[in-house]
Amino acid sequence: MIAAALDTKSRLAAILFSIVAAVVLGGLVVGLTGANPISVYLEIAKGAVLGRGLDETLARSVPLVGMALAAAIALRAGLVNLGGDGQMLIGGLAAALVALYLPVPGVARAVLALAAAICAGGLYAWLAAILQLSLGIPFLIASLLFSYIARGLTSYLVRYPLRDPSTGMPETYRVASGARLPAHILDLPVSMAMVIMAVVAVVIVVNDRSGVNGFEWRMTGLNARFAQYSGVDLSRQTQRVAFLSGALAGLVGALLILGQQYRFTDGALLAPGYTWSGLMAAVLAMASPIATIVTSVFFAALQVGGFSMERALGLPAVLTWVLQALIILCLAARPIFFRKR
Amino acid sequence: MLNMLLSQVLDLMTPVLLAAMAGALCGRAGVFNIALEGKMLVGAFVAVATSIAFGSPVLAVVSAVLCTAIFASPLALGGARLGGDPIVIGIGLNLLASGLTTYLLGAIFGVTGTLVDPAVTALPKLVVPVLADVPVLGAILGHNALVYLSWLLIFVFNIYLFRTPWGLRLRGIGEVPSAAAAMGANVSRYQTAVVIVAGGLCGLAGAQLALGSVALFAENMTAGRGWIAVVAVMLGRAHPLGIALACLGFGLADAVGLRLQGQGLPNQITDIAPYAITLLAMIGLGLRSMKKRSV
Repeated sequence: MIAAALDTKSRLAAILFSIVAAVVLGGLVVGLTGANPISVYLEIAKGAVLGRGLDETLARSVPLVGMALAAAIALRAGLVNLGGDGQMLIGGLAAALVALYLPVPGVARAVLALAAAICAGGLYAWLAAILQLSLGIPFLIASLLFSYIARGLTSYLVRYPLRDPSTGMPETYRVASGARLPAHILDLPVSMAMVIMAVVAVVIVVNDRSGVNGFEWRMTGLNARFAQYSGVDLSRQTQRVAFLSGALAGLVGALLILGQQYRFTDGALLAPGYTWSGLMAAVLAMASPIATIVTSVFFAALQVGGFSMERALGLPAVLTWVLQALIILCLAARPIFFRKR
Repeated sequence: MLNMLLSQVLDLMTPVLLAAMAGALCGRAGVFNIALEGKMLVGAFVAVATSIAFGSPVLAVVSAVLCTAIFASPLALGGARLGGDPIVIGIGLNLLASGLTTYLLGAIFGVTGTLVDPAVTALPKLVVPVLADVPVLGAILGHNALVYLSWLLIFVFNIYLFRTPWGLRLRGIGEVPSAAAAMGANVSRYQTAVVIVAGGLCGLAGAQLALGSVALFAENMTAGRGWIAVVAVMLGRAHPLGIALACLGFGLADAVGLRLQGQGLPNQITDIAPYAITLLAMIGLGLRSMKKRSV
């Protein structure tokens, strides 16, 4: 759906152009608020790679790559999944519930928690797909409305029935240490969540490049009628793609809960805006999985740099959010420069 | 009591109604506009920022309309003129609005979260003391000019779309662009104009949201109302009267939710109400049209 027909070279040119244009426009915004754009950009660049920046970028990349790939596999097949927030929340909550209350030994609990998150997130997205297929409610709208419902529901649950009364925060109890995902494997600076996400990313890339599924999805995204004519069962495919996209979002929620936060705190999963950054990264990459991984790591670095810039210069880090949106808008306006008259 | 509820419903539905009218115009012209949420947010921010700078509610509304119309221009240029994907542009605009307003809130006003200032005053309301207690009439009186403007627009758009040659052309452009072009209508110019006008309407919606009853700006204060407006367009089948009805339903859900919150129901649950109800309404409508098809 998004310019997938362009060849690789002009695609790359379009992406680079939009990044440069966004940097210029963002510089104007910074300049208008009375700050020096050059020093702002320098701080962002330094903060993303120097000192602890690289570690933070790597840590932030895990959920961001996950949400970006979740958006990308859906986009690839012509579905716009705006409900990543809801799927991540439902998945995260399922993981927290299993990890907290299922009476099985530690590691098995972690594995089951991940499985529960995958199923819950997937089913939540699948429900939206069913609404599109049977009642004609666009998936884009249904998935988004489901997000708002999930937000209220999880917020209620962790504030009342599931709340840990010993902390002042609206959050569940802490997951037992046996059911957590290790932050370091063999004392290396590699967490279990990173390994899981890397495996998922490889599977998605391989499936996209050489799997029958990947080919059929791409064909549907480019021309759904042609795909149907060639024998693709569109209804089944839509359900499957929606489920997988939601499952990945749910998995991201579980990785954050079991590998980083160790409890479900109201608002904590959504505050960094992984869903929307991921969606933008996927759009920027024109939904190609490999390119999506690159763009989401780039966005992770940008955001980490933004926080460091905020500490150094006192300008809001949300500037990097503005930059991401500008990149997407410049990319969408690309036909000005590339369309032949 | 009933008057108070009805009056609250009318206040709550206005931003959604204005944004939904914008969405309907774009939809009729063949541009799927999902940027209503972001444009409303920009309108709300500009209205409050202008109030702080100049202290004039009228100027606040005017500048909200103008700035939001400008903010809509990427969709007008990219979507209507250059053949960009309106969904991608819409998503980009929504996120830009959210980021930009939060950034400017911090960079200009040094505030995170909510911006209140004594210079920001709610839009003046039409108060007729004697009639305030008359059932229904009392609830219909007592609102600001934007509320009445939104009602007027329902009828104006109804006449424009279905009783004038320009409206006919607009619908033609949305339904069969090639035929409209063959008849001599300039498709992309029409669409560009409509998207810009719709941007102005969203600016009104934002101004009503920020200055209608609360007189403040808060980060992401639209909280999904722009999306409810998108759904209202679908529920009302892009027909002004249908949309007004859908928005009335939404306003009712919102007002009843607020009431129940006052009765002690957790606000996390009542916050869901508008989304759950719009979703249920869409499901109901879908089921009905499915039945019709099978008959």
